[in-house]
Amino acid sequence: MRRLTLSLLLAINLAPAAMAQEKTLTIYTYESFTAEWGPGPKVKEGFEKTCACTVNFVSVADGVALLSRLKLERENTEADLVLGLDTNLAAEAKATGLFEAHGLTTPAVDVPGGYSDDVFIPYNYGHFAVVYDTQTMQNPPKSLTELVEGDPAQKIAIQDPRTSTPGLGLLLWVKSVYREDAPAAWEKLRQRVLTVTPGWSEAYGLFTKGEVPMVLSYTTSPAYHMVAEGTDRYQAAPFSEGHYIQIEIAGRVKTSEHKELAQQFLVFMMSPAFQNIIPTTNWMMPAAATSEPLPDAFSRLVKPQKTFLMDPKEVAANRQAWIDEWLTAMSER
Amino acid sequence: MLTVRERWTGIGGSAVALGAILVFIAAAVLALLLFQPASSGGAIFTSYTWNVLRFTLLQAALSTALATGLAIPVALSLARRPHFFGRIWILRLMALPMGLPVLVVSLGLIAVWGRQGIANDLLLTLGLSEPISIYGLSGILLAHIFFNLPLACRLMVASLERLPGEYWKLAASLRLTPLSLFRFIEWPALRQVLPGIAGLIFMLCATSFTIVLVLGGGPAATTLEVAIYQSLRFDFDPPRAIALSLLQIALTGLVLALLGLVKRAEENGTTLAAPSRRFDGWTGTALVWDVVTIAMAVLFLLLPLLAVFMSGLRADLGRLLTSSAFMQAAATSAAIAVASTLLASFVSICIIKGRLAVTDLRDAGKAGRTYRGLLGASSSLVLLVPPVVLGTGWFLLLRPVGDVSCIAPFLVSIINALMALPFVMRVLEPSMQTHHDRTSRLVAGLGISGVWKLWHIDRPVLLKPALLALSFAMALSLGDLGAVALFGSNDFVTLPWLLYSRLSSYRTADADGLALILGVLCLLLTIAGTFERPTERSGHAAG
Repeated sequence: MRRLTLSLLLAINLAPAAMAQEKTLTIYTYESFTAEWGPGPKVKEGFEKTCACTVNFVSVADGVALLSRLKLERENTEADLVLGLDTNLAAEAKATGLFEAHGLTTPAVDVPGGYSDDVFIPYNYGHFAVVYDTQTMQNPPKSLTELVEGDPAQKIAIQDPRTSTPGLGLLLWVKSVYREDAPAAWEKLRQRVLTVTPGWSEAYGLFTKGEVPMVLSYTTSPAYHMVAEGTDRYQAAPFSEGHYIQIEIAGRVKTSEHKELAQQFLVFMMSPAFQNIIPTTNWMMPAAATSEPLPDAFSRLVKPQKTFLMDPKEVAANRQAWIDEWLTAMSER
Repeated sequence: MLTVRERWTGIGGSAVALGAILVFIAAAVLALLLFQPASSGGAIFTSYTWNVLRFTLLQAALSTALATGLAIPVALSLARRPHFFGRIWILRLMALPMGLPVLVVSLGLIAVWGRQGIANDLLLTLGLSEPISIYGLSGILLAHIFFNLPLACRLMVASLERLPGEYWKLAASLRLTPLSLFRFIEWPALRQVLPGIAGLIFMLCATSFTIVLVLGGGPAATTLEVAIYQSLRFDFDPPRAIALSLLQIALTGLVLALLGLVKRAEENGTTLAAPSRRFDGWTGTALVWDVVTIAMAVLFLLLPLLAVFMSGLRADLGRLLTSSAFMQAAATSAAIAVASTLLASFVSICIIKGRLAVTDLRDAGKAGRTYRGLLGASSSLVLLVPPVVLGTGWFLLLRPVGDVSCIAPFLVSIINALMALPFVMRVLEPSMQTHHDRTSRLVAGLGISGVWKLWHIDRPVLLKPALLALSFAMALSLGDLGAVALFGSNDFVTLPWLLYSRLSSYRTADADGLALILGVLCLLLTIAGTFERPTERSGHAAG
């Protein structure tokens, strides 16, 4: 039994042992940020050069799990900084009382929809979009209305707004366009929905396996396929009404012992040194100026004419009611 | 016959094991109940909740009926032919679905039964104009049959193989027709294990999560488990999660009790344990029937798995296997699988010994029977406790005490062990019971005990079921994503977690490759689980 315990400990404690430096900045984030191909390793390296400190990432599954983790740990949290919430979760995150104003001016930040806040600072964004397979779909919908009213035989995979942020994004998108007619729109769209998956990965997996010609994803998704795989097969459909935006944000934690360091990180986050890393690692649009031009593929992405973004407070206040509305519209026989 | 001391260690040990399980669950539940959420997600018992509940029970009942019903002919055919080429591989194949992450298997099923799948291609060339769609109840049922038919089949084959060889000899000399054979020998054997198997499958289907969401087609097809997950993950409303969990446990438990699926009577006659030989089934029709039945079952199981394997072969396997991320995740997964398997086996044996000891008491009375029933019920109903509830509860409890990333592996091992418990019990108990009935008097009479008894009396008979149980539990733990998701940190990555993380950053080829690797690992495990020494007879083999 002891040998077993030992091997267990060995298996899990292979974390870098760079504890010699004095200060450690603990950043809570989501898993794909810290993956070996994600922005995390480069961001860590870049910031450590400037701060005489160690960056320690703690990652959970996604933005939603991040918020749950904070709600669970409350004042006992070890986080100095939280990176990876989005604007739809911002109001609920603030309501925990765990966050503190960043105390910075943010002229460098430029995101569509003009989100600006005294607690959270955006680091990247992406517009939700219907991504389609050009090999099986010649005439993709040109608007949300066309998506809703189009041929029910051409299916789309979407995500559940109860368990995923893109799912919630689509819910808010439809709400922004259709307002009180949203339930009727969902009843129509339902005919085209092949299935509703728990998260982005499952839906996107169905899409790339060729099971469904359309999937709810981001305007930036085609960039991955163009840059990393060299294929133009998957494209995003521009919608004439405009696109709902997902802005990812970071903020300082009140109970942190390294508040200045956290602030320093936020400044770094808005600088080109950080922003250069984002496009080809997180596959999102940088929220501030980069010093290097973006890869060509990014210039070929859909640029939404209009951006939808609801006030985080409005989202927080109505989310449950709108989800109930969605459930009813989607499950009526 | 047990000695008084053996009897009381059995009862005592099982009481400790049962207590530990109940305390582990109760502590998590209590921690969640005491947590005051910032906001409450509204009423629990809305009409939507009732719809969900109805659908949960409906799909679980249908899935159970179909999976067990279809498993019967397959099990009968397999048991009738104990020695054909490739049989052992079919049994091994049947353990594979359990060890793969549910999402991977779902994608494999879609490759066969989906809109662009093989089945639809075939139908379209046959002249059908529109592809048939499996999304909805039919997709859920299909996937549940895929996962549970092999499980049911293996347990049934094991029970048929435990039948003493004299039965077949007698049947042959009486020239019983296949129908009478089924009526007087096979069905009575199956009837003993059926309630247990059906109960297990019912619980697995009632708490199904990923299958229901991916193949269900929309929120009309959903389970309580989804609502529980949502209330913890999105709303973070622990009391709501607990209320829903209690609803799930109470109602599913009630349904199981009403169907008589929780308690089961297992009685095996003592025999000489002579090697089984089957004398029936050599007519032409029987042969054709068995070949067709077995072939169809194999095709049904093999095609989706082949689809998973084929897409995995396209990945850069060499790079994947040598990457440090993979090796670290493999080491973590292996350590957790081993730990949870040993724990599950240890607890199972404690509980089984307790049940045997109570049966052994001549004057056990009502209290004894109740205790025996309680042991059986709680070791299977544990499946109804959502892992996310256990994980979150213990996270809350331990968070103030120490570093979560150090505690996480132990917690995940314990939770996995609990989830494997009902499987291990189902495999081990009938064998231990039969073995006990056959040998206990003799052993007591000869005064054999301790290590000597373990090695010379128990090992030869119980090694095979034990290996099977171990391989079941390990495969289950290897493919499990559930409990890990909550604790995820950079230092704690398992193979399914790694697979999901590749999938969540567009790296589908890597994910396919990892699925293949997981599949091969499980196959290796099941080879170990069905290990057979060439000289050993298969008299009381467990399949």
